[in-house]
Amino acid sequence: MGRYIIRRVLQAIPLLFFISIVLFFLMGQLGDPVATMGGRRVTRPSDRERLTRQLGLDQPFYKQYLYWLVGNDWTTIDMDGDGIGDTNGTRRGIVRGDFGMSLMKRGQTAWDVIWDRVPNTLLLMVTAEIVIIIFALLIGIFSALRQYTAADHMITAVSFVGFSTPIFFFALLSIYIFSVNFKRWGLPSLPAVGMFDPQVGKTPGQVALHMVLPVFTIAFVSIAAYSRYIRSTMLEVLNQDYIRTAKAKGLHGRQVLLVHALKNASLPIVTLIGLDLALLLGGALVTERIFAWPGMGRLFLDHMQRFDTPVVMGILVILSISVVVFQIITDLTYALLDPRIRYD
Amino acid sequence: MATLDSVPVILSTGGDELAPPLTFRQMAWRRFRRHRMAMFGAIVLIMLFVYAFAGGLIYTAERANFTDTTIRLSPPSLAHPFGTDTVGRDVMARTIQGGRISLMIGLTAAFLEILIGVLIGAAAGFYGGVVDSLLMRFTEAMLIIPSLFLLIVMARIVGGSVFFIVIILGLTSWMYVARIVRAEFLSLKQNDYILAARSIGTPTRDIIFRHILPNSMAPIVVAATLAVATAILSEAYISFLGMGVQPPTATWGNMLDGSYNYIESAPWLWIFPGLLILLTVLSINFVGDGLRDALDPRSRNA
Amino acid sequence: MNPLTTPRFNVSAPDSRHVLLDIRHLQVRFHTPEGTVYAVNDISYQVHEGEVVAIVGESGCGKSVSMMSILGLIPVPPGEIAEGTAEFMGTDLLTMAEDKLEAIRGSEIAMVFQDPMTSLNPVLSVRRQMTEALRRHYGMTGEQATNRAIELLELVGIPDPARRLGNYPHQFSGGMRQRVMIAMMLACNPSLLIADEPTTALDVTIQAQIVELVMRMREQLGMALIWITHDLGVVAGLAERVIVMYAGMVVEEADVDSLFDKPRHPYTMALLAALPRVDRRRDSRLKSIPGAPPNLLVEPRGCPFAPRCEYVVDRCLHERPPLLAVSPTQRAACWVTTGDPAFATSNEFRNNSR
Repeated sequence: MGRYIIRRVLQAIPLLFFISIVLFFLMGQLGDPVATMGGRRVTRPSDRERLTRQLGLDQPFYKQYLYWLVGNDWTTIDMDGDGIGDTNGTRRGIVRGDFGMSLMKRGQTAWDVIWDRVPNTLLLMVTAEIVIIIFALLIGIFSALRQYTAADHMITAVSFVGFSTPIFFFALLSIYIFSVNFKRWGLPSLPAVGMFDPQVGKTPGQVALHMVLPVFTIAFVSIAAYSRYIRSTMLEVLNQDYIRTAKAKGLHGRQVLLVHALKNASLPIVTLIGLDLALLLGGALVTERIFAWPGMGRLFLDHMQRFDTPVVMGILVILSISVVVFQIITDLTYALLDPRIRYD
Repeated sequence: MATLDSVPVILSTGGDELAPPLTFRQMAWRRFRRHRMAMFGAIVLIMLFVYAFAGGLIYTAERANFTDTTIRLSPPSLAHPFGTDTVGRDVMARTIQGGRISLMIGLTAAFLEILIGVLIGAAAGFYGGVVDSLLMRFTEAMLIIPSLFLLIVMARIVGGSVFFIVIILGLTSWMYVARIVRAEFLSLKQNDYILAARSIGTPTRDIIFRHILPNSMAPIVVAATLAVATAILSEAYISFLGMGVQPPTATWGNMLDGSYNYIESAPWLWIFPGLLILLTVLSINFVGDGLRDALDPRSRNA
Repeated sequence: MNPLTTPRFNVSAPDSRHVLLDIRHLQVRFHTPEGTVYAVNDISYQVHEGEVVAIVGESGCGKSVSMMSILGLIPVPPGEIAEGTAEFMGTDLLTMAEDKLEAIRGSEIAMVFQDPMTSLNPVLSVRRQMTEALRRHYGMTGEQATNRAIELLELVGIPDPARRLGNYPHQFSGGMRQRVMIAMMLACNPSLLIADEPTTALDVTIQAQIVELVMRMREQLGMALIWITHDLGVVAGLAERVIVMYAGMVVEEADVDSLFDKPRHPYTMALLAALPRVDRRRDSRLKSIPGAPPNLLVEPRGCPFAPRCEYVVDRCLHERPPLLAVSPTQRAACWVTTGDPAFATSNEFRNNSR
């Protein structure tokens, strides 16, 4: 098992290397970071030049990438433009955990800017994921057991509408109904913006209340897609011969379902959840934008607009690594659940 | 040892008084027609195309871009069935113009996606070896980068023209198609008729495009259908976030950009384009589901 | 009264053993998108305590479905038990509450299935799968159930049972898996074991071992056995009584000697004629049955075998022949061969049947 993990990690390294080159290239095309620096107008050409040199933008692409990857503290930067390095580099490179300084938020490292948002994003996304898994399992299993009944047809129709709905439309609709109109009708309405009411303060109750609509929005679309998938997986498993055997042994229906069927059906479901968990860190771009939730998705969009490449690149790299890590975890979970798979 | 299964059975007297056997295409069409949701989807889809394309004859681009700030944000009325937007443009005219752009983006981006996916998947599956492992590592790398994030970065780089949006939609979405096509090729190239074709010296190009590809059409057709829906949705997402097609060109997606400031005061700004996207994606998904059942020989609705 | 519909003999009478399973007028249908499949069409038969009965027929003739339907193992919907009763030790299984039926399945009636490769759960250990039924029906503790499971594995001839118990199905060969399956099903000493083609998916050399094992178990435990098969060769060696099914109907029922000596249904005759025999001249050709089994999507009318039958008369096409006793131990459903006692002894008939 240990050797398998090591092999997988070693295989992932060239892949991540390749991804980072592609992303780094894209970042270079994104826009002018000098203009972004601190939101200040850099008007004087001499200032521009100094900043360009400081950021290493005058260097060829491979050198810029190298500095980003392993840092430049082992070499010197030519700050005065005379072709001779005069200042010691300070960057330690991403392999040593240095994501660079944020261009938008002066004096903060990109890592700190990102790290700051992680709790908010995880709070929202993990809650949503739990809701998704629970409801998708319940609905998926229910409709598999009631295949071709009126209830199943009903659920099928609703889930098709569900996963065909653009998230923003569903978000706007739910705000319109539960926030705007509920208030209008004098019903208890749900807040639609932010994490808490500034007048009340950041109490757990406030945060929970503000989470209802975003979680509902994220969950709705995913539940629709997941429950369809779980339904078809369950149907496939329920038609297997070993389910008939379990029934022939006289086991209770519940035991047949929860032990014999679900353990087999969980294999493909684990794959699906594994990929999702990896992306939790990325937050929800559209949902966070609409509900003004201060998470990673909004951070990405805001810093994207302002060409804050260290932060944007940092988010993308963290997400890519997280996908790879969760792929490995998923495979290991698979081996735990399925005795036929051995990674020795 | 004799078993009943080995008793030779002479067919044709089985009492099946049906007409001559149907071709695959006829059978698929029959199955598709019986799929109620798929037929519903197909009809709605045709209506949406008529709306966007025939409607454009009445509501021209000029009318869609005609601004009149004196009537800005007026609710739906006889003159403006879907109301007017923040600068007094007719929302219905814009959904017609936007529909044309959105549907065209969906179709062309899906075409590009399938084209790239089929080429890469076919090359990997057919040639195998180093070509395969390189192409599949590349595909894997593309799958690791979260696609919506990548799409946004690329949209920011190339700017908001319809042409470039189509290109980047195609470039960021071909991976699943490539995997499907590769798997099909891997299994099909082992078939005897491919070996036969090879042994009589059929050129590689003919083997790929005349022998293998037509036989792997079913999953590609289904993937292509669903790709149209995904492309329309993706365009809507990036346009909604303000990074897709830029105004004054209307798309269903960019009509929604900024509309969340008017959730309460002018719901018609987002309800109509949102509903149209929903309806389009829904009916394409229905059609895709119907096609999957109709084209899959193991389908339950045989 | 029509003399033809009045049984001349009561077939069950000679058997003094108690009736264990009594199936009457069972009809099973499946409602599929292509139409209704008439899978089992009004079948009736009995099985006595400790008796070995073989049910013979082609794939899709309803032999497995009829057994699974009485145990509540067919999915409803699309399946439907349209009519009939299946009394087991005096109570009807078909109208029984689900939890009562669960209590009978695996304890009183056990069933071994065709394909041991797919009939065991791949992700649960053999221990888990073997002890489940013991805990369920006998309320045994984990340790008791494990000990009993070891005993059972030993009984069915699995070497080193204590260690093998911790293994998973994929670590066993096909024959070994079927042994595990048999051990699992015998765990609660059932009074009826239904073996649904348990040897079909196995290598020929293993088949004989499994047949031998089941017969040995039956002798030791004294349960009744229903052996479902499409293999007449197996039937001759093990069954006391044979039920021949065709298109969801019972076409002939007889003790094994009568069936092989004097088959009374043209379908049975055709089957026997298709069976290679040692006592036949080597250059004589095996006879095949022309035509194909009927389409079960059409509601049955008349005799299902009529389109393929060489003795067919007009009546066969319109009226379904009842299962009539032709001797104390034999019943057949055929207008021609049961209606005319002389027919059975005619030369043409005898020649055709061999």
